[in-house]
Amino acid sequence: MGIGSGALGTGVLEKQAPAAPASVMGPGPVPITLNLNGKPVELTVEPRVTLVDALRNYLDLTGAKRVCDRGTCGACTVIMGGKTVYACTVLAIDAQGKDIQTIEGLATGNALHPVSQAFWDNDAQQCGYCTPGFVMACKGFLDEHPNCTEEDVKHGLGGNLCRCGTYMGVRKAALQAARAMKGGTKNG
Amino acid sequence: MANTPDYSYPPMEKRKVIGQRYKRLDGPAKSSGRGKYSSDVKPPDMLFGAYLHCPHAHAKVTAIDTADAEKIPGVKAVHVAAPAGTEINWQGWEVAAVAATTEEIAREAALHIKVDYEVLPHLVKDDDLAQAGARAKQGGERVVGDPDKAFQDADAVSEGNYGIPVVYHCCLEPHGQVIQWKPGTDADNKGDQIHVWPSTQNVPDYAASLSQNLKVPATNIKVRMDYIGGGFGSKFTPDAWAIVGANLSKKAGGRPVKLFLDRAPELLIAGNRPSAYAKIKVGGKKDGTITAWQTESWGSGGFQPVNPPAQPYTYANVPNIREIRTTVSLNGGTQRAWRAPGNQQASYLTCCAIEDFAAKIGMDPLEVFKANAQYAARTGAADTYRYQLDKAAELAEWKKLWHPRGQSGSGTIKRGMGVAIGSWNGNGHRSQCRTVINPDGSVSVEIGSQDLGTGTRTIITQVAAESLGLQMGQIKLVIGNNDLPPDGGSGGSTTVGGVSTSTRKASINALMKLFEACAPSLGAQPEELEAVDGHIRVKGSPNKSLTWTAACRKLGATSISEMGAHNGQAIPGLVTGGAAGVQIADVSVDTETGIVKINRYVAVHDCGMVINPRLAESQVYGAVIMGISTALYEERIMDRETGKTLNPDMEFYKLAGIGDIGNIVVHMDIREENDKRGVIGLGEPPAVPICAAVGNAVTNAIGMRVPRIPMTPAHVLNTLEGRNA
Repeated sequence: MGIGSGALGTGVLEKQAPAAPASVMGPGPVPITLNLNGKPVELTVEPRVTLVDALRNYLDLTGAKRVCDRGTCGACTVIMGGKTVYACTVLAIDAQGKDIQTIEGLATGNALHPVSQAFWDNDAQQCGYCTPGFVMACKGFLDEHPNCTEEDVKHGLGGNLCRCGTYMGVRKAALQAARAMKGGTKNG
Repeated sequence: MANTPDYSYPPMEKRKVIGQRYKRLDGPAKSSGRGKYSSDVKPPDMLFGAYLHCPHAHAKVTAIDTADAEKIPGVKAVHVAAPAGTEINWQGWEVAAVAATTEEIAREAALHIKVDYEVLPHLVKDDDLAQAGARAKQGGERVVGDPDKAFQDADAVSEGNYGIPVVYHCCLEPHGQVIQWKPGTDADNKGDQIHVWPSTQNVPDYAASLSQNLKVPATNIKVRMDYIGGGFGSKFTPDAWAIVGANLSKKAGGRPVKLFLDRAPELLIAGNRPSAYAKIKVGGKKDGTITAWQTESWGSGGFQPVNPPAQPYTYANVPNIREIRTTVSLNGGTQRAWRAPGNQQASYLTCCAIEDFAAKIGMDPLEVFKANAQYAARTGAADTYRYQLDKAAELAEWKKLWHPRGQSGSGTIKRGMGVAIGSWNGNGHRSQCRTVINPDGSVSVEIGSQDLGTGTRTIITQVAAESLGLQMGQIKLVIGNNDLPPDGGSGGSTTVGGVSTSTRKASINALMKLFEACAPSLGAQPEELEAVDGHIRVKGSPNKSLTWTAACRKLGATSISEMGAHNGQAIPGLVTGGAAGVQIADVSVDTETGIVKINRYVAVHDCGMVINPRLAESQVYGAVIMGISTALYEERIMDRETGKTLNPDMEFYKLAGIGDIGNIVVHMDIREENDKRGVIGLGEPPAVPICAAVGNAVTNAIGMRVPRIPMTPAHVLNTLEGRNA
C-alpha cells in the first residue's frame, strides 16, 4: 500500500527527466557515462537497460536491489538529481548528465552514514533486502523534510515495502537520523 | 574429562551477555548496502539465465523449438525443462531456460523459443466447494466423544462460515542461485565440481539434495550463502532452477550462471500458503465453556492434495468433536510452508468461531477464551494462556475499549476489538558447532547455519561469549557454508534452540580444555575454575586468576578445537518446545468506504529463555506486520475463465506499507517460570493469530461477521450490504 503517496512523496512524478539526446541510439549497446557518487563512470549498455540493471549487472553496485522491477516496492531506490527515484523505472541512458547517488556513495570511509547508523541502532532491518532502498529513500526524504514528524515519515517512506516487517524500527530510525543530520549539509 | 560438563545456563540475574539487547551483528553490512546476497554475487565470466514460463493454467506441450533462440549472438546455452508431451498443471510452469552473456539477451532469447500448447480444462478457484466437482477429495471424518448429544445438551449453539485465501510468501529476494558446474579436468581431481550461491534457508543440507539430482558427489559441491533476502518457509530445497541453472552452466563449458526468478513467476511458482474455508458449529454452556465442536472444512494447496488444518486449533481438547476435511486440487502453483504452516488458517477458523459463540451467549470473548483454556493441548499451557489473555487485555485497554458486538456508536466510523490465540512448538533442530580457542587468545565459533535476518549470528555469538566469560567482539563467528559443522535448515522456528545448544556445548567443552591447561599454574583443579569477565579464576578466590590471554598462552602451540552437538531432543533448562501467544487488534472500520485501519495491535508471547530481547521483539513486530498485511490486503486472485492469476506482481498483490500497520505493542512474556524451560523458537508463533484477531475486531466493530480474510473494502462492504455468498 501507500504506492501513490510514496511516488508523490519521493518525487518520482515530479520534474521528469528531459528526453534522451536527439540522435537515435541503439538498439545495440551504446557507450554512456553516468555521474555516479561524484565520479563519471563509462559503460556500454543497450538503451533498454534500466538504471538498476546497469548498476547491478554492469557495475557490480549491488546495494540497490531488483525486487518488483515495476516501480512499486522501492528496493532499488537511488537519489538522482537530488530526488529519490526507483532505479527500475529509469533507463540508464536517460540517467546521463545527472548526479546519481547510490548507497555505495552514502558513507565516507568505513563510518556508517547517520541514516544507516539509525537503521542499525533501531533494528530497522531483518533480512535486509529492502534496507538499502529504504535507507536511500529515508536520506532523500530527510534532505527535504529535516523537521519531520512520525506522521510525515509514514507518508514519506510509504513508497518502500518490507516483507520481514521492520516498519516500527524504520519509523524510529528516520526520526533518529533526522536529529543526527540536523546541521549537516544537504546531500552530505 | 573427569566429569560431564555442566551445560546449564547461569540463573537470569547472573547472565552478562545472554538477555542483553545487543544490536544485530550484521546490521552495518545490511544498512550500508555492503552485504552481498546470493543474487548480488557475480563470479568472473558469469552468464545470465532467463526462463520461459507457460502462460496457461493447464496445457500439454505439443512441440518446442529452440533453434531461433540458439542462433542469437551471446546465447551460450539453452535447456528445455518441459519437452513435448509434458502436461503442465499451473500457470508459470518452467518450460525452458537460456544462458547468455547479458541479461537482456537471455530474456529476449527465451521469448524466441517457440512452444505449441494444447490447452486443457482448468479449475483455479476453490471458494465454492460445490463447483470443485471431482477435484474435491474428502479426507474422512474424525469424531471425538459424542458430538450429537453434546450439541443437543448445549445451552447455546453458534454457527458460522469462514475463509482464508491463498497468499504468497513474496520474499523480496526471489528464489534462485548463481551456480557453476565445472567439468573435472584437473588431473588430481577428475570429478566435476559445483560451486553454488543459493538463496536458501538450508545451507547445510543443500549439497546432499543437489547431489541426488546432478549425480555429482556432495563432497564436490561447495555451497555458500552470506545473506538471504527472505524465505518464510519457501526456500528449503535447491528446486528445479538449481538443476536447470547447473545444466546451463555445464552446457556453457562451466561458466557460472545466474538464474533467479522474475517477480511474476516468483509469486506463481515458488510457493504459497494454502487456502482454508469452513462451516463451523460450536455448542456450549452459558458460562462460556465449549462442549461441542463441528467443522466441515476445505481448501487447496495447489495441484497436490493438502487437507486444511485440524480444528479446533490449540484448544484441541474440546471433549466432543466432529470434523470433515476436504482438499481441492487446483491448477495453481504448489503450496510451501508459510511461516507457521497451517496455523494462520487454523487460528482464523477456530478463533472466529469462538468469538461468534461468545457473541451468541452475550459474553466477553476474552472471558470465553479464558473459560476454555483448559482445552489447550500442551500440558501446562492453560495457565500461560490465562496469564497472557489478561496481560494482552491490560495492554490493549480491553476493559475500557471493548463493547458488545456492534454496539459501537452511531457514527460511520466504527471501532472494534478482537482477540485471538496461537501456539507453536519451536523445539531446537539438530546442530553441531565447533569452538576453537587459540594460544593467542582469539576464539572462533564455526557452525553451518544461516541467518535469515532473525538474528542467528548475534545470538550464537552471545551464547559463546556468555559461556567463555568474554565480550561479543572477542568471538569470531563463521556461518553460511557447507564446509562447517552441519546445522539444520532454518524452519519451524528450530534454529535458535539448535544453534544455542550446540554453541553452548562446544564452548563449555572448549573451556574445560582451557581449564585443564591453566589449572596447574593457578594451583587448583580444573573443575574449581570459572571464566568471568575475561579472566579464568578460582571459584570463590577471585584474586587467584589469569587474564584470558595469559590463560590461553598456557596452551603452548596447540589450539583447542571442541565440538558441541544437539540431537534435536528437548533438554530441560537448555532447549525445549511449546510457545504460546495472545494478540489483540483494535481497529476502526469506515462503514461508508469499507476501509479497515489498525489503531493499536498488542502481541504477548513467551519463548522460554530469551537470548536477545531486542531481536525477539523484532521477530514479533515483523510477524505481526506480515500478519496485518495478510489480514487487510493479501490474496491471490485467479480468473475463473482464463485460469490466469490476476495479481502476480507487487502492485496488485498488496503488501502493507509503513503507514498501514497502526501502533504495535509487543510484550515478551519473560518470567522465570518461562526462562527455566530453556530456549524456544519465536519466528513463527507471533505470525499466527493476526487474521483472527483482526477479523474478530472488524466483526466487533460493525456487528456482523465478515467471513473472509482479507478485510478489504470489498469484503467489508459485501457483508454490510448483505452480499455474502
